[in-house]
Amino acid sequence: MTALVARAAAEPPRRRIGLSGTAVAAGLILGAFALVPVAAQALGLPFLVVTATRMMIFGLAALSLDLVLGYGALVSFGHAAFIGIGAYAVGILDAHGVHDLGLQALAAVAACALFALVTGAISLRTRGVYFIMITLAFGQMAYFFMVSLSAYGGDDGLPLSRRSTLAGLPLLEGDLPLFYGVLAVLALSCLALHRVVGSRFGRVLRGTRDNAVRMRAIGFAPFPYRLTAYVAAGALAGLAGVLLANQAEFASPAYMSWQRSGELIVMVVLGGMGTLVGPIAGAAALIAVEEGLAHYSEHWRLGLGLLLVLVVLLTRGGLAGLAARLTGARP
Amino acid sequence: MLNLFLIQALNGVQLGILLFLVAAGLTLIFGVMDLINLAHGALYMIGAYLAATLTALTGSFFLGLALALPATLLFGIVLEVLVVRHLYERDHLDQVLATFGLILILNEGVRIVWGSGPLSVPVPEILSGSVLLVGTLHYPLYRIAIIAAGLATALGLHLLVNHTRLGMRLRAGATHGAMVAALGVDIRRLFMVVFGLGAMLAGFAGAMVAPILSVDPGMGDSVLILTFVVIVIGGVGSVRGAFVAGLLVGLADQLGRTFGPILLRSVLDASAASQTGRTLAPMLIYILMAAVLFFRPSGLFPMRGGR
Amino acid sequence: MSAPLLSVRHLRKAYGALKVTDDVGLDVAAGELHAIIGPNGAGKTTLIHQLSGSLPSDSGEVRLAGEDITGRSMVERVRRGLARSFQITSVLDGFSVLENAALAVQARAGSSFRFVRPAAREDALNEAAMAALARVGLADRAGRRAGSLSHGEKRQLEIAVALATDARLLLLDEPLAGTGPEESAILVGLMRDLKTTHTIVLIEHDMEAVFALADRMSVLVYGRVIASGDPAAVRADPEVRAAYLGEEEAA
Repeated sequence: MTALVARAAAEPPRRRIGLSGTAVAAGLILGAFALVPVAAQALGLPFLVVTATRMMIFGLAALSLDLVLGYGALVSFGHAAFIGIGAYAVGILDAHGVHDLGLQALAAVAACALFALVTGAISLRTRGVYFIMITLAFGQMAYFFMVSLSAYGGDDGLPLSRRSTLAGLPLLEGDLPLFYGVLAVLALSCLALHRVVGSRFGRVLRGTRDNAVRMRAIGFAPFPYRLTAYVAAGALAGLAGVLLANQAEFASPAYMSWQRSGELIVMVVLGGMGTLVGPIAGAAALIAVEEGLAHYSEHWRLGLGLLLVLVVLLTRGGLAGLAARLTGARP
Repeated sequence: MLNLFLIQALNGVQLGILLFLVAAGLTLIFGVMDLINLAHGALYMIGAYLAATLTALTGSFFLGLALALPATLLFGIVLEVLVVRHLYERDHLDQVLATFGLILILNEGVRIVWGSGPLSVPVPEILSGSVLLVGTLHYPLYRIAIIAAGLATALGLHLLVNHTRLGMRLRAGATHGAMVAALGVDIRRLFMVVFGLGAMLAGFAGAMVAPILSVDPGMGDSVLILTFVVIVIGGVGSVRGAFVAGLLVGLADQLGRTFGPILLRSVLDASAASQTGRTLAPMLIYILMAAVLFFRPSGLFPMRGGR
Repeated sequence: MSAPLLSVRHLRKAYGALKVTDDVGLDVAAGELHAIIGPNGAGKTTLIHQLSGSLPSDSGEVRLAGEDITGRSMVERVRRGLARSFQITSVLDGFSVLENAALAVQARAGSSFRFVRPAAREDALNEAAMAALARVGLADRAGRRAGSLSHGEKRQLEIAVALATDARLLLLDEPLAGTGPEESAILVGLMRDLKTTHTIVLIEHDMEAVFALADRMSVLVYGRVIASGDPAAVRADPEVRAAYLGEEEAA
């Protein structure tokens, strides 16, 4: 028996190659980000640092969505709400004189986890088109709540008095420190999710994605695992919101609009579902398109829309199939 | 106070009727084709724009409306043939992405053709002004016309779905689609008809509200979400559910906005009550949806298991 | 004779007027292989859904080792030692063969709410999974992607996964479906070996295999058990011959 185990262990399972592939890709993309400040300096284009910061923040949000969409096959259409809740946690605490990043992040994560727990517990009772519509509706509920919350800016949004402080020190003032802070959070999150996906929990989640009936037949009820993933993803997106509020020095209801949720899905799917690194690349690409094309034409969304429709129509198996073929992942 | 209540209730009914018109087509599309179509709200917008343009061209709202209906029907069918038809066999994620892309295209296309600013359509002369309903209650005639037209359409749909061959196929398709296809019904044509019909109904709703709301490029998006809430509450695939849920959502929304703060005043002080009320009112319908789902995960009138 | 491991009484399931399971009673003693046969549409698959817990029963009672499990979910039944295989192969194609079995081990070996340690490197899980794979003869396929297995091998993996749940009672739903003669021979040999350690309820169309393996059998026709007993007795039962074999002998 032990000989058999030894042999199975010695024979390198294919996924280990995949995992090291993930590590290489993560190293490449995070390394590329790390070089942005140098390049920006050399090229005399300081705004690149700000753009790259936004890319990484949305990369973090897309990464968190990948946990439910890519590893749980749950098409959650309200993910931007968590970004907004995270941003407002910063804004509202700031308005009350609490500037500490730790406290703000704690509040953001707690609020997002609670919102995800309640809405997830209801949404996850349903499947298919119901789940998509319900998550969309809950996201919209959060949006309207913030729009009508006039005490904290309502429709106009809520400007921050200052960026968050660490141990009382204004460490995030200046674009460069914030840039590196965001990079660190993104790298740590990527690593953490990589562990989660390979853990017992991650294995069960992937199993429910592929075949929920099979999982029940071996003794796993999918619901608690799906809900946990939903809550974790929401909390992580809340962190992205904390960073976004700091980057923009502003909390806006626009962060949680349903178009943002749609764009997050686009980032994950274009980048590659269930790959962790792909969604970060997808976010970077979409932000680049947004900020790049917006300079040339105010109608850039038309191009994005055409691209989406064409890619879905022209590729067999849709975007997921295309992504799978591009990355060589599962069909 | 009673007058205010009645006016808000009528406003609620009017909103509910409009939501029903948009939701009726969409719920059939979900139910019969198992297709999630995010671009349905854009058809409502297209209807409004077409009505605005055709009204301006012909100088008559009724002529404009009469021309806008076949125009949105045609638009819906073109959309079905070009894009939507290729999505039936795909998974929901593909459908979400492609129809999300369609929204971007249509919203932006509208901006290019008609500009970003809102258009306004005058209320037709014959329906302007208001009428005395009961006591001292005056209500705008045009809104009454909307309610009447919506109810007539609802009746027509009821007859169509329950008493015609097409309706029989629709109901069968919503419950067991594969079986209907196996029985030799041309499912592709059925789908095209349903989609075109749904587009026309949404366009009708858009055209009807053009004189009382501003016609602008984002108008489809907010209606879409409300429509989803209606469909989820009513049960996917059920036209009757869409009708009941549409009225429920319309009434809850309109009454909640006015009377939420008033009711809260009994437990909170005035300013807190109005603040809390104004914040909670827009959430009311979502809370309603959550409550319905909690007790009936597949809506009030489930057609099949709410997987 | 000791109390049966699986005991079914007055089990019913109807869709409208159609009685799919009609007052079914069944006793399966520990250690026996009990085959359930019947013509197409007899309600065998419905019965296995009711026994495994994926379909609620209208009335009646299912007991496992004396405990009433009628109202229990599939997940709870698996935890009590009742595992099933699927008629239509449903292994996780994207997972390795070892992982398919290891997941089933994981379901009963401690909490799966563990988020950090790589599950693929848990020796305890892998060893138990390898034991199940070795039992069905798939040890040398452990590192392969399950989707790349042949049809027969997938059927073997189905059984390995059921074994890996540490079940006392295996519900095997047409394990020979779609297999060729060679694959079929391997699977019959495998089931003969399983009989020595497990109680098995076998639903199968292949009569040769059924009569070679079964200790006892029940015949299901239109949702009713029309005969139950050892194979020789069932084979001789005139009602069975009439209803199942289509022979028109008068009783």
